[in-house]
Amino acid sequence: MKTSRRKFLNIALGTSFFGWIVSVIYPIFTYLKPPKIPEAVVNSIKAGTASDFPANSGKIVKFGRVPVLVIKTVEGNFRAFAGTCTHLDCIVQYRDDLKQIWCACHNGLYDLRGINVSGPPPRPLEEFAVDVQNDEIFITKKLS
Amino acid sequence: MKSFLIIIWIIAAMLMLISTRSAAQDKNPVFETDDCIICHIQIEMMPADFHQNDIHLQEGLSCAGCHGGDPSTDDPELAMDRERGFVGVPSRQETPEFCGKCHSSIEVMRKFRPRIATDQVEQYFTSIHGQKLKQGDKKVAECVACHTAHSIMSANDGRASTHPLNVPGTCKTCHSDPEYMKEYDIPTDQFENFTVSVHGTALLDNKDTGSPACNDCHGNHGATPPGLESVSHICGTCHANNLNYFSSSPMEKAFREMEIHACEQCHGYHEVIPTSDEMISVGEKSVCTTCHSEGDVGYTAAVEIHKDLTDFVQKYNEAEKKLQEIKKKGMDDVDILFALQEANQTLIHTRTLVHTFDPLQVEEKAEEGKEKAIEAINLARQEIEDFYIRRYGFGFATIFITIFVVALYFKVRSLD
Amino acid sequence: MKTGSKIFQWLDERFELTPVIEFMSKKKVPLHNHTIWYYMGGVTLFLFIVQVATGILLLLYYRPGSDSAYESIRFILTKVNFGWLIRSIHSWSANLMIFFAFIHMFSTFFTRAYQKPRELTWVTGFILLVLGMAFGFSGYLLPWNELAFFATKVGTDIVGVIPFVGSFLLELLRGGEDVTGATLTRFYGIHVAVLPAIFTVLVALHLLFVQRQGMSVPENLKDLPEEKMREMPFFPHFFLRDALLWMVVLNVLLFLAVFYPWDLGFKADTFAPAPAGIKPEWYFMFMFQTLKYLPAHILVFEGEMIGVLAFTVAGIAWMLVPFWEVKSRKGMKKNVMMITGVAALTFIIVITIIGYLS
Repeated sequence: MKTSRRKFLNIALGTSFFGWIVSVIYPIFTYLKPPKIPEAVVNSIKAGTASDFPANSGKIVKFGRVPVLVIKTVEGNFRAFAGTCTHLDCIVQYRDDLKQIWCACHNGLYDLRGINVSGPPPRPLEEFAVDVQNDEIFITKKLS
Repeated sequence: MKSFLIIIWIIAAMLMLISTRSAAQDKNPVFETDDCIICHIQIEMMPADFHQNDIHLQEGLSCAGCHGGDPSTDDPELAMDRERGFVGVPSRQETPEFCGKCHSSIEVMRKFRPRIATDQVEQYFTSIHGQKLKQGDKKVAECVACHTAHSIMSANDGRASTHPLNVPGTCKTCHSDPEYMKEYDIPTDQFENFTVSVHGTALLDNKDTGSPACNDCHGNHGATPPGLESVSHICGTCHANNLNYFSSSPMEKAFREMEIHACEQCHGYHEVIPTSDEMISVGEKSVCTTCHSEGDVGYTAAVEIHKDLTDFVQKYNEAEKKLQEIKKKGMDDVDILFALQEANQTLIHTRTLVHTFDPLQVEEKAEEGKEKAIEAINLARQEIEDFYIRRYGFGFATIFITIFVVALYFKVRSLD
Repeated sequence: MKTGSKIFQWLDERFELTPVIEFMSKKKVPLHNHTIWYYMGGVTLFLFIVQVATGILLLLYYRPGSDSAYESIRFILTKVNFGWLIRSIHSWSANLMIFFAFIHMFSTFFTRAYQKPRELTWVTGFILLVLGMAFGFSGYLLPWNELAFFATKVGTDIVGVIPFVGSFLLELLRGGEDVTGATLTRFYGIHVAVLPAIFTVLVALHLLFVQRQGMSVPENLKDLPEEKMREMPFFPHFFLRDALLWMVVLNVLLFLAVFYPWDLGFKADTFAPAPAGIKPEWYFMFMFQTLKYLPAHILVFEGEMIGVLAFTVAGIAWMLVPFWEVKSRKGMKKNVMMITGVAALTFIIVITIIGYLS
């Protein structure tokens, strides 16, 4: 009787110790596994496939915590600029009729180099580097 | 030893000479070659507003360039001889033509600035200022009144009286002086009103040169008060969507028939105040109730639009608050941030759509925005829920730890 | 089993482990109604081990720097699996460690365990507490959030009032005239390299002393005849109890980390005005609050300076307690040391509470 109780106790002790070890090790090992986005500060993103992107159009993509406007020109070249207007922080858009970047808030216009050409915007839009590799669009911060 | 010292002295003196020389060379050569300036500086008879960075002087156009005469002689009699082209100081009436000698001639001007306009004088005479000057009024502004006579600079130069930030101050000199403006029977509070307006605070306080100064609405040389037809177009140069919506709204026709200035009626002109959602309501700050009264279509439209807007804003604010909470807790806020950004964009759009005065259109957009705000709120809720899900994991770990602790306890007991 | 004993033999032959084992198996822990206090040091040690483990884990993703520290902590909290847990445990465990260190210290004080021959155990223990607080102070800034930034600003300001060397120390600590990214880098280095190194050596010494001298027995039990002294073997009896308590503490830690996770706060804006209600960590509260009460000038000296000096002197006096202790003679009704201890404890508790209420 006594020995069986002691045996049971030892087994219970061993098993629960093992369970405890697992519940400590599991979080640690998953913690060590690098997350999907491997870095705190986003330096580069993928913005879809180049061939699916219609020419003479633009779209807003998320670059970390900031919106970025990606444009495919009529000639099929890609360009990317910060998506926030330099005037009062509205989000800009690509106008396929004007073939320029337009901010609806105060009728501000930027050319295809992101330079402010008319309306209130005081500064050009910050430009991002675009690389197309294997039909995939990569957008990266320009090195200053 | 002595000769050595002397040599050092000589070298030092030469160095000093060279250094003073180079400082003088930085100066405009006119100060050394032009006898008008040399002499006038000597006898201290320079114009009060003289500035050596004056654009004409910088381009090599000295006194004689405008006033005529002969700058190559130091004999005042000869230098200011009418025979030698001296014209002296023009009267106010003569000033536009006086400047126009060069400025109206592209042949002269293109040498300096190939793209420069040469229609200033022509435009000037279409302005109220120009017309009155023609009628013999000696108080109205001519070129010099705004541009100064001897410290003229490019409008891009921060020191220029015509730089956007300085324009209101320049116009104010006459237009805010009740004494000076007495005989014209126009108000003198424009500047005062302008400084408290959205445009005025943006321009003068925030130095946002994208914000309009006087000339952006009234024109430069052809300055006139914008007429009934043009007010909306002028505002529409920047507020393009607002104008588009307004023009295609039923209000446009009504305004025109009643001879009400489109934008100005609700927003004012010089004192354009920051807008609020209370303007389109039936409350105290309403601009609708000026014409509309309870029972008519406009009145109910105002009520509906106001409700759509405030509902949306309320949700938006709620989402904003949630975002801050999430941020502070250190949870994932990126998606919420983007949803909220979209909601904000939609809010701007909705507020612009108010100018259609169509409750349906406003409602549709407001609903769209509200959905975005709700999406943000839901995302935030989900984050918080995830936060609670963590507790299951805790419960799981607790089970093991508890069993372990209990087993340990019995083990300890059995040992004693 | 055979291989196990073979390995042991191999080791024993080289390192002479048998005496150590012998020593360990004979080690006894006295049993009496104050035995509970023996566990406090162990809990503090356990929490320190937790700190080292979670600290190393945090190092994998943390990036010092005024433009990356906050972002990397947010990254740990939001993107890294269980990052929130590790960070939250690290924060909570830090606070609990200081808390238990305080309890450990006061229990040692009141049971007079610091007396001969344990003077140096007391001194190393006190230094460990100070180092622990330095850990807390330096670690607090690392997330680079608003509260931490201003608390560090105020905290380091206090260093500046020390006469003669104050301004030099201030610059040394801040890495410049103001709290900037340079301060962050310094604090980071102090927190993850300098302090752990010193701390580990001192902990080892502290433990060595304890092992060498055994547990102290309260004064009133010292005179008991040996057969009346109750004891329990250190291994496994005391050890298992220790383990049991550690498990309970771990679960409490998990509970706190999960149900009351540490906030991230808002990123520090070095030019923003200080937000209202800047408070230091609780274990600095009594000092912070006392300094606030001091008048601007005491005689010709700055009030703060006097305060800082007073705390320094009091701290050193406290550290040197075993060497100047006023021994109570028999028949003496009031016990000087007891009064000193109670006064110190009451002062700390009352001022801390006032600090939080005001």
